[in-house]
Amino acid sequence: MPPDHEAIAEQVFAALADPSRRAILATLAAAGPVTVTDLADRLPITRPAIAKHLALLAEVGLVTAEPGERRRVRYRLRSAPMRVAQQFLAALARDWDGPLGALTDHLDRATKPGRQNDSR
Amino acid sequence: MGFPDRIVRTVEVAHSPGKVWAALTTAEGLSAWFGDEATIDLRPGGAARMRWTDGSTVDMRVERVEEPAVFGFTWHIYGLPEDDPRRTYVEFTLEPAGVGTRLRVVESGFAQLPEDAYRKAHEANTQGWTSELGELVDHLDAA
Repeated sequence: MPPDHEAIAEQVFAALADPSRRAILATLAAAGPVTVTDLADRLPITRPAIAKHLALLAEVGLVTAEPGERRRVRYRLRSAPMRVAQQFLAALARDWDGPLGALTDHLDRATKPGRQNDSR
Repeated sequence: MGFPDRIVRTVEVAHSPGKVWAALTTAEGLSAWFGDEATIDLRPGGAARMRWTDGSTVDMRVERVEEPAVFGFTWHIYGLPEDDPRRTYVEFTLEPAGVGTRLRVVESGFAQLPEDAYRKAHEANTQGWTSELGELVDHLDAA
């Protein structure tokens, strides 16, 4: 794993640790690109706080700013870093202990007394 | 290192490698402990599928078949979108241990670069997984 890869995952998790940033990202995911004003209308967060969070999110590559009409900058979700974080979560979500336990149970159940034709 | 690429588990079971092999590589075996239903075409490049009663399915591609010692397949990375080309490689190795079997499962490829995966998925269309699996085997042997 190249170090930058792990750094990306870390930045995603740090960004998601804050409830305001989660709300901003969730809004972008649900509604598409929006302006700071749109976000301030939708969320119980002040405009300066939204601007601060967006700057941080842009810095780690989770949102990009798109110039719009009359300096109305719209912010768009960038999914690439999320996919890196998903890989990390996939490794954590992979459960082999459950299936291997089920396999052992299955083998034990399948071997009935008196059926000892095991070839070994 | 906080980003695991490989997941490794070893279990000892009180059954012969032949029995464990059947549980891992036949539709009847897989459906008894892993999926609720299973189909498998047991040859390198063959397709396998498991289905659960909740409606979920998983497709696998058989990569290594060395009865009764090595069974390997690739599958889609759990939790990633359906159209994501990234796959992990799962390899079961079976070793006689007394009257039973030491079963090892290694799933690798969680930390692959997305760009890499796109490239490899593209290459897979023309030359298959042979070279990549060769690398993987070398990697596993060296570990």
